[in-house]
Amino acid sequence: MRPQAAVAGKVFIQRDYTNGTLCQFQTKFPSELENRIDRQQFEETVRTLNNMYAEAEKLGGPSYLEGCLACFTAYTIFLCMETHYEKVLKKIAKYIQEQNEKMYAPQGLLLTDPIERGLRVIEITIYEDRSLTGR
Amino acid sequence: MKECGYSEINTRGTSPMESPHIKKKATVRRKWEVFPGRNKFYCDGRVMMARQTGVFYLTLILILVTSGLFFAFDCPYLAVKITPAIPVIGGILVFFVMGTLLRTSFSDPGVLPRATPDEAADLERQIDVANGSTSGGYRPPPRTKEVVINGQTVKLKYCFTCKIFRPPRASHCSLCDNCVERFDHHCPWVGNCVGKRNYRFFYMFILSLSFLTVFIFAFVITHVILRSQQSGFLNALKDSPASVLEAVVCFFSVWSIVGLSGFHTYLISSNQTTNEDIKGSWSSKRGKENYNPYSYGNIFKNCCAALCGPVNPSLIDRRGFVPADMPQAVSPSNGLTMYGSTQSQSNMCDQDQCIQSTKFVLQAAATPLLQNEPSVTSDELPLPGKTSIHAPCTSLALGQPTPPSSMPNLNSESILTDMIPLKEDLGNHQFLTPDEAPSPPGMLPVNSPVTHSHTMHVLNLVSQDSLHEDSVRGLVKLSSV
Repeated sequence: MRPQAAVAGKVFIQRDYTNGTLCQFQTKFPSELENRIDRQQFEETVRTLNNMYAEAEKLGGPSYLEGCLACFTAYTIFLCMETHYEKVLKKIAKYIQEQNEKMYAPQGLLLTDPIERGLRVIEITIYEDRSLTGR
Repeated sequence: MKECGYSEINTRGTSPMESPHIKKKATVRRKWEVFPGRNKFYCDGRVMMARQTGVFYLTLILILVTSGLFFAFDCPYLAVKITPAIPVIGGILVFFVMGTLLRTSFSDPGVLPRATPDEAADLERQIDVANGSTSGGYRPPPRTKEVVINGQTVKLKYCFTCKIFRPPRASHCSLCDNCVERFDHHCPWVGNCVGKRNYRFFYMFILSLSFLTVFIFAFVITHVILRSQQSGFLNALKDSPASVLEAVVCFFSVWSIVGLSGFHTYLISSNQTTNEDIKGSWSSKRGKENYNPYSYGNIFKNCCAALCGPVNPSLIDRRGFVPADMPQAVSPSNGLTMYGSTQSQSNMCDQDQCIQSTKFVLQAAATPLLQNEPSVTSDELPLPGKTSIHAPCTSLALGQPTPPSSMPNLNSESILTDMIPLKEDLGNHQFLTPDEAPSPPGMLPVNSPVTHSHTMHVLNLVSQDSLHEDSVRGLVKLSSV
């Protein structure tokens, strides 16, 4: 996107453990992004991500069925098909890419997929925005 | 199975800038090759185990030999006398046991990858702000974060090795040197940690193994009894000596394996880990208000969640390729725990820090001397006892003042260390000059006049406070490596 842009800083959105060990991220708006992006938009992004992770880890009929089927086939079934979790992770990757293209890159920000950081943080790289210095 | 072979990176001489052609050769590496934990990888990263696998091979041998003897000696008789279903069921059980065992041993238990340097720095900054402390170099008191989960206050601990705040229920395995999610325990019998991703395989392994041991034990006894009815007890034993061995092995295994299965069934139904149970984290003995916040309330849901819940993919991406510009993983604060293919890398990290700190100390000491003896540089003062700089740096941690009379301590660092108490009682300490003490290996005799004069000059500088501060800082940095 911007190969020549310098990295001005990084913000890390930490995990929110108030619901236990489920993968959820804090929706608190970091102060470093004050000038760059709308608070509502940011919270919307994080909330959507949280919902997607919750869907991946949801316990219910379909996940039990998948678990039992896998057990009976001695887990060889995963050689042919993807787990539900992996499917949702792909959806998340696409969503993040979409968000980057539409909302974050124009503001000089880049979201990194949390899976590349071991689901510990959402890393937001802040690039130097030279157009802003002219104001 | 081939073990991962790794070659030590040559830290001498060529730097990355000098020889770009060397960089081109060592290009494509998979992430398992640079994994910082103490694990062994096989089959190009597909298989992941702990470092000590001896007991795992013992488990394999016990199971295979006992089952083999059962099929060879007892099954022919039993298949004919009772029913051929016996070897069939036995076969299915053995297949299931082996499958779950290998699955437990070879899979990623749920290892949490270590923090990137940027993350670690960000966390450190946040913690410093919270603590109000700014001094670095020594280990601050343990850092914890409190979080309320389902009405229970849970403390999240900061892991100094992985530089992260551990998620709830995660723990750091000292044997594998990794933080593992929902850490249950490290099982030497399966040669791996048991954590979130392989707990269900572990449970099914011990459950099926209990069925198998009971099955073999029962049918071996049946076999011996049937034979003794025909030809007497002693003759029966003589005809089938393997049965005795099987019976002994199964008898001793049954108690432990069945007991373990029962214990883990209890843990699953109450949604606890072995770790939590041993510590009594959710025990009512701790307080009336203490309960397990992770339990779903009913046994059935707890069991389903543990055994049939969704399978998370591995977070460490063993078979991915290391990108060329990937920042080096954060090296652990305890350099002694580094093993595996990253030893050379971490040695470089620690060595760089070490070299920096040493240079700092020596420069601080030598600064006034540079006016008199321009030849005194850090390169000319070899660190004593070490002929090369490639030795593990933890042995250079000389943070504590040591008595000057002990031989290995005759070096620039100890002289400076002794400067700290020297301020008070200059007369009490007796320095062994290089002429008196036998020179340690690596200390070239040509340098002794230099060090001798260095010693004398250094003694004169005791009163200089700024130098004192600098050298203390340098020493503190050294000791933190």
